[in-house]
Amino acid sequence: MPGDDGYQHDLLVIGGGGAGLRAAIAAAEESNRLSIAVLSKVYPMRSHTVSAEGGTAAVMRENDSLDTHAKDTIFGSDFLADQDVVEVFVKEAPGEVIRLEHWGCPWSRDPDGRVSVRPFGGMTVNRTLYAADKTGFHMLHALFQTSLKYERITRYDEWFATSLLLEDGKVCGVTALNLHDGQMRPIVAKAVIMCTGGAGRIFPFTTNAAIKTGDGMALAYRAGVALKDMEFVQYHPTGLPGTGILITEAARGEGGHLKNKDGYRYLQDYGLGPPTDTPVHRKMELGPRDILSRCHIQEHQKGRTFDGPDGHYVHLDLRHLGEKLIDKNLPFVRELARNYVGIDPVHEPIPVRPVVHYMMGGISTDITGKTSLDGLYAAGEAACVSINGANRLGSNSLTELLVFGARAGRAAARHALERPTLRSNPLAQLASDERRRLDQRFLRADGREKIADIREEMQKAMESGCGIYRDRATMEGTCQTLRKLRERFAHISLADKDAIFNTELIAALELECTLDVAETVARSALAREESRGSHTRTDFPKRDDARFLKHSLAYRTPDGPRIEYLPATITRWPPEERKY
Amino acid sequence: MTEETMTLEVTRYRPGHDREPRTESFTVPYRKDWVVLDALNHIKDRIDGTLSYRWSCRMGVCGSCGMMVNGVPKLTCAAFLRDYRPGPIRVGPLANFPVIRDLVIALDDFMEKLRRVKPWIIRAVEKPVADGEYLQTPAQLDAYKQFSMCINCMLCYAACPVYGLEPAFVGPAAIALAYRYNLDSRDEGYRLREPVLSEAVGVWECTFVGECSVVCPKGVDPAAAIQRSKLAGATDWLLSMIMPWGGRR
Amino acid sequence: MTVPRVERPGLYYPKLPATWWLRNANYFRFMLRELSSVFIALFLVVFLIQLHRLPQGPGAYAAYLETLRAPGWIIFHVLALAFALYHSVTWFNLTGVVQVVHLGERQVPPRLVVGASFALWAVVSVVLLWFLLRG
Ligand SMILES: Cc1cc2nc3c(=O)[nH]c(=O)nc-3n(C[C@H](O)[C@H](O)[C@H](O)COP(=O)(O)OP(=O)(O)OC[C@H]3O[C@@H](n4cnc5c(N)ncnc54)[C@H](O)[C@@H]3O)c2cc1C
Ligand code: SF4
Ligand code: FES
Repeated sequence: MPGDDGYQHDLLVIGGGGAGLRAAIAAAEESNRLSIAVLSKVYPMRSHTVSAEGGTAAVMRENDSLDTHAKDTIFGSDFLADQDVVEVFVKEAPGEVIRLEHWGCPWSRDPDGRVSVRPFGGMTVNRTLYAADKTGFHMLHALFQTSLKYERITRYDEWFATSLLLEDGKVCGVTALNLHDGQMRPIVAKAVIMCTGGAGRIFPFTTNAAIKTGDGMALAYRAGVALKDMEFVQYHPTGLPGTGILITEAARGEGGHLKNKDGYRYLQDYGLGPPTDTPVHRKMELGPRDILSRCHIQEHQKGRTFDGPDGHYVHLDLRHLGEKLIDKNLPFVRELARNYVGIDPVHEPIPVRPVVHYMMGGISTDITGKTSLDGLYAAGEAACVSINGANRLGSNSLTELLVFGARAGRAAARHALERPTLRSNPLAQLASDERRRLDQRFLRADGREKIADIREEMQKAMESGCGIYRDRATMEGTCQTLRKLRERFAHISLADKDAIFNTELIAALELECTLDVAETVARSALAREESRGSHTRTDFPKRDDARFLKHSLAYRTPDGPRIEYLPATITRWPPEERKY
Repeated sequence: MTEETMTLEVTRYRPGHDREPRTESFTVPYRKDWVVLDALNHIKDRIDGTLSYRWSCRMGVCGSCGMMVNGVPKLTCAAFLRDYRPGPIRVGPLANFPVIRDLVIALDDFMEKLRRVKPWIIRAVEKPVADGEYLQTPAQLDAYKQFSMCINCMLCYAACPVYGLEPAFVGPAAIALAYRYNLDSRDEGYRLREPVLSEAVGVWECTFVGECSVVCPKGVDPAAAIQRSKLAGATDWLLSMIMPWGGRR
Repeated sequence: MTVPRVERPGLYYPKLPATWWLRNANYFRFMLRELSSVFIALFLVVFLIQLHRLPQGPGAYAAYLETLRAPGWIIFHVLALAFALYHSVTWFNLTGVVQVVHLGERQVPPRLVVGASFALWAVVSVVLLWFLLRG
């Protein structure tokens, strides 16, 4: 680790997940003159990319084409994806997954030695590469281990970025808290890439890890960058009740069935039929996630779901697939079901229910990963480059990390090469200001509010107002609650005043971030008076292209987010009704 | 009906204040579907906010939450309270590692060792991406797959008395990962990894206690990787002694 | 040869207590296995002395054999035999872990490898016994 004055780099990546590591490697390959750093609040291999299970999409076979992948993605996005970006995405995807193959990712293989592809929700052909059902785990470890090869990549493991450093309207680094000694330091860089992942933790019931608190989104938002399309929150139809642990879509891709309490494959009642024994692309269980999650709720309203201590659920039945196939392609599903609900999917159906999974929205970037703030880039789930629009197709996100991680890495590298060296003295001043802010706010303050209380109330408010079905009245309630929670947060009290490994302080900082992000979600949702993709309003049940074929942009103001709009880019696929 | 409870005896260590770790007891509600990590989160949220530990995915795949549970290294997100009834449950930091605070251990040592074994694909000539993937049959994949399942949770190091006595020992997970790349049909880096593995604190330090493989939550079997590396190294050495053109690869 | 690790201030460095091998059954079995080599080594020394006596004439050899008939020596030999067996059994059990055997594309299950090793051991022992007891 560099010395006291040595926290200076050309390029700084915040986040050691799939996007961050891909960006760092891309930058290292772009130029060997750059000093690159990856700063992450957890060791990179702990990042949440590790828990992605199902797979990553790219056109790999003769029966597939870039245009079909693009069309599926745009259709899935309910036409809110930017089509120029999608075209770049599908074009660069195959090269990226092959590069990862060259870096050692253990993709599952066909007998002839080629990488295998499986069906996934909303895709018209088999194009999802996988490493059994631990795709994200293998991708992350392959990326991380490959990154170790580059001596020029410095790592700051278990450092928490607390704010962006700005000078003359340009980003020139971050302030970050080293968990190991509790010191706040300025880390100076000519370009910063935010790869901090999603924010599922604004909801109570999510597949997302504890670290997914939208920090990078909040940091960019506070620095004046817009958060785009935040109202689009993806529910995954098959999480385990209670824990929210994900049962991957690959379980349905392999042929699993969703059944209600009468053992009936209910999806056929919602226009997704006819039911067939072998899975048919985009039909039944392979429909897109937003639609499947809504079907679950409707099924519940008809009283045809099971009731358990952790709420209503349906059955995901894999029994007919047989033990051999389950062990070969879905071993982790079996392990998770056995451990966490005590059910062996070879012999019993798995209880599942919709669960918050993914944020389509994020830091608004252009096609290269650049944001509106000079020197700031973003990629991965933290960013919104707009390939996902109103609903992401499963397995597009891991590919997004690679394609746009690499793009942001290259663009930021070029930017850093052109920019003159920064002076770090005034920035040190900014860092000590930030230290003082934290001290006063958290360590010296004697409040009475508890972190856990505010967090729980925020999550409850988000679930009631910004769940699968939304309406004006409840959303307004949610917005008010969030404002009040923000006031209460000012009176927070911490029991832990120590410097070293103060995880309570980190929890407070994360809570502050989630409060910001939650508010952008709720306000953007309230303003979008239509139903599109994952955003379903009972008071505006139709898609309204005339008014809302555009992205929402949430800007920070002292009284909460201000919402503006930006037209979606349409190139070759004019909007049509989205029917499966 | 009074709520059922369970007691956790948690090791605490506050740097700069404690000279040695001490134990503190907490009573938490007992829930049949709770894991030890849920109990720790309950303590942190509701009883004592100063308790420090790592966790993230709570689905047994990120490798953050390893601790000693009743003296055995475990992922606390996969250790159910119901299996330790009626308690108390002793929860401590992973053995053999320096402790930073409470249940948080230092793992920079492992990170350094991991880099030293060169856990990446090494080739004399790299294939251009435009030429597509390297072909690899399912059997070639199976040859190393098991050793690629390591989540770096460090349970094996906590179970290894050799590591406890000789902290320089490269150790189970790092060797398993080196071996994983050696076995990969796409890799040609055996020669470069061999010196690290065959040094005194490499594979030969291992006396085959075998406990690493017992505690490994992912079935990696690092002990097998170490013994097989020994065998490969020894055969290699023998061949180099008797054959003029040296050993394999 | 190994450099002592530099201890950083603030961290607590645990020490492995001398009784670590009493902590779990696996550690204990491991210690037994290590201990078994001591007995095997001692037995070999005794055996070497015996061989050494052979050229010194039948008298010296017989006298040595007589000493070995003492109860203490018998107990020692029974112990050494037990440890040798323990060592061999654990050793053969490990073959399954260490030696990966392939038949064509398929890996032979480790249990089979262990089984085969034991079978081979048995065959060799029987042949040896037959050889020794024949006369
Ligand atoms: C259970 C699950 C299964 C999934 N399965 C699939 C799938 O099969 N296919 C698919 O395409 N997608 C899948 N996804 C989605 C996909 O995995 C994620 O969108 C993606 O991994 C996000 O990667 P990332 O690099 O953007 O962020 P992450 O991997 O979340 O990494 C974020 C990084 O930022 C760091 N960080 C955050 N805040 C700070 C801070 N304040 N200071 C310093 N560092 C910080 C973290 O330490 C971490 O290193 C799944 C998601 C989940 C939750
Ligand atoms: S080998 Fe097993 S126990 Fe050791 S770090 Fe890897 S997963 Fe954990
Ligand atoms: S919290 Fe990730 S492995 Fe336990």
